[in-house]
Amino acid sequence: MSTLHLDAEALYGDLRRGVRQLLQPDSRLVGIWSGGAWLAERLQADLQLQGQPGVLSSTLHRDDFGSRGLAAGTDATQLPFEIDGAHILLVDDVLYTGRTIRAAINELFDFGRPASVQLAVLVDRGGRELPIEAGYAAAKVSLPSAQKLSLARDDAGRFTFSVQETT
Amino acid sequence: MLMRRNPQLNANGELIHLLSIEGLPRAVIHQILDTAGTFLSVNDREVKKVPLLRGKSVFNLFFENSTRTRTTFEIAAKRLSADVINLDIARSSTAKGESLLDTIANLSAMHADMFVVRHSESGAPYLIAQHCAPHVHVVNAGDGRHAHPTQGLLDMYTIRHFKKDFTNLTVAIVGDIVHSRVARSDIHALSILGVPEIRAVGPKTLVPGDLREMGVRVCHDMREGVRDADVIIMLRLQNERMSGAMLPSAGEFFKHYGLTEDKLALAKPDCIVMHPGPINRGVEIDSSVADGSHSVILPQVTFGIAVRMAVMSIIAGNEA
Repeated sequence: MSTLHLDAEALYGDLRRGVRQLLQPDSRLVGIWSGGAWLAERLQADLQLQGQPGVLSSTLHRDDFGSRGLAAGTDATQLPFEIDGAHILLVDDVLYTGRTIRAAINELFDFGRPASVQLAVLVDRGGRELPIEAGYAAAKVSLPSAQKLSLARDDAGRFTFSVQETT
Repeated sequence: MLMRRNPQLNANGELIHLLSIEGLPRAVIHQILDTAGTFLSVNDREVKKVPLLRGKSVFNLFFENSTRTRTTFEIAAKRLSADVINLDIARSSTAKGESLLDTIANLSAMHADMFVVRHSESGAPYLIAQHCAPHVHVVNAGDGRHAHPTQGLLDMYTIRHFKKDFTNLTVAIVGDIVHSRVARSDIHALSILGVPEIRAVGPKTLVPGDLREMGVRVCHDMREGVRDADVIIMLRLQNERMSGAMLPSAGEFFKHYGLTEDKLALAKPDCIVMHPGPINRGVEIDSSVADGSHSVILPQVTFGIAVRMAVMSIIAGNEA
């Protein structure tokens, strides 16, 4: 049980403002599957950006593949624009160890050489194991490692956070 | 009660070897096909390689020759960043009298992580899977007349790609079924995936009657066999496996069981024509059909690499 309360909708409003600040005129939004992809989709519409946002899956570059194995392929990367020379703004729901971001950046570079890569997240929960930081985080919290923080999206497209105890 | 576990699955029901499609849960087959879909898109990238098997050694053990299958396994393993060692085993240690299990013990001592095995004896990959170290994974690349599971899976990927749903299909498998491990793997896979009508078509000498026990409709008349089919899988006439006079001649076979435009016209208008290759033009399939608009023989080859990537990465990620 956790008493931590994170209002995902309020944080999304902050993220939208933060992302607006980070965007360059020709930046492309790329969401990290799955929570980040939902956020990028909504940001693309709310910020009235042209085209579709990209989606990155970190599955094929994960460093825990040996112990986790491969889940069914529902999370394919889709990048409907040129990566070479592009300014990429990565979006994710939760920044924790930094390992997902490391894997996602590797995945991104399989498609070309971007001019720059930035990162914006809804929640930075600390606990970094790699030298990776977000250019913008709507909230910074501290959570015990036994708790898993994940974003959910309801049928109306609204976001909520849930905290689960992991065993 | 002690249950004999499927040797391909670990205690959690996860795939650790791929030896045969027989007995695989439907969910595992769909997992392989879904994962193959992810890998198919890797071909469109600037970097056509992913690091899932980096640092792993895949040994291709082909006790029976096959350039094509060995090459597609090699490409699949390399796209997963594995180190691939091809052993021309038919001409090396076994020729000097080494037993199969001694060969495997030696290769295990070279720190193999995966064996891709083709053998003329049915069951050889099972024997290897039972005797290799627990961290080693085995993929059957064709054993005797028994099974060719990755070919069966790539055929299922092809059918799913073009037809979407298995549960309303009529699939005709035509030709030399008695010698065909591909046919056996296809029949098991089609049954598991819920195909309502599976037909085995060919002369009495090449289509075993016991197929009826597997829920297969046996047809000795080609026209009846392909009528209203959604999918026609042609098999290669396996001259090298024929012993004795099972057929009058290749020309006679083509006349009755070769797939020609006029026989194909009896199938559904959107019927797809498949073949595991290599094709014998004018023996089991007419050139105009092999190259025609219904033919999906070349997409099968492309899908085959993605399916083999899926199989190797799934089993490598699961522990015994």
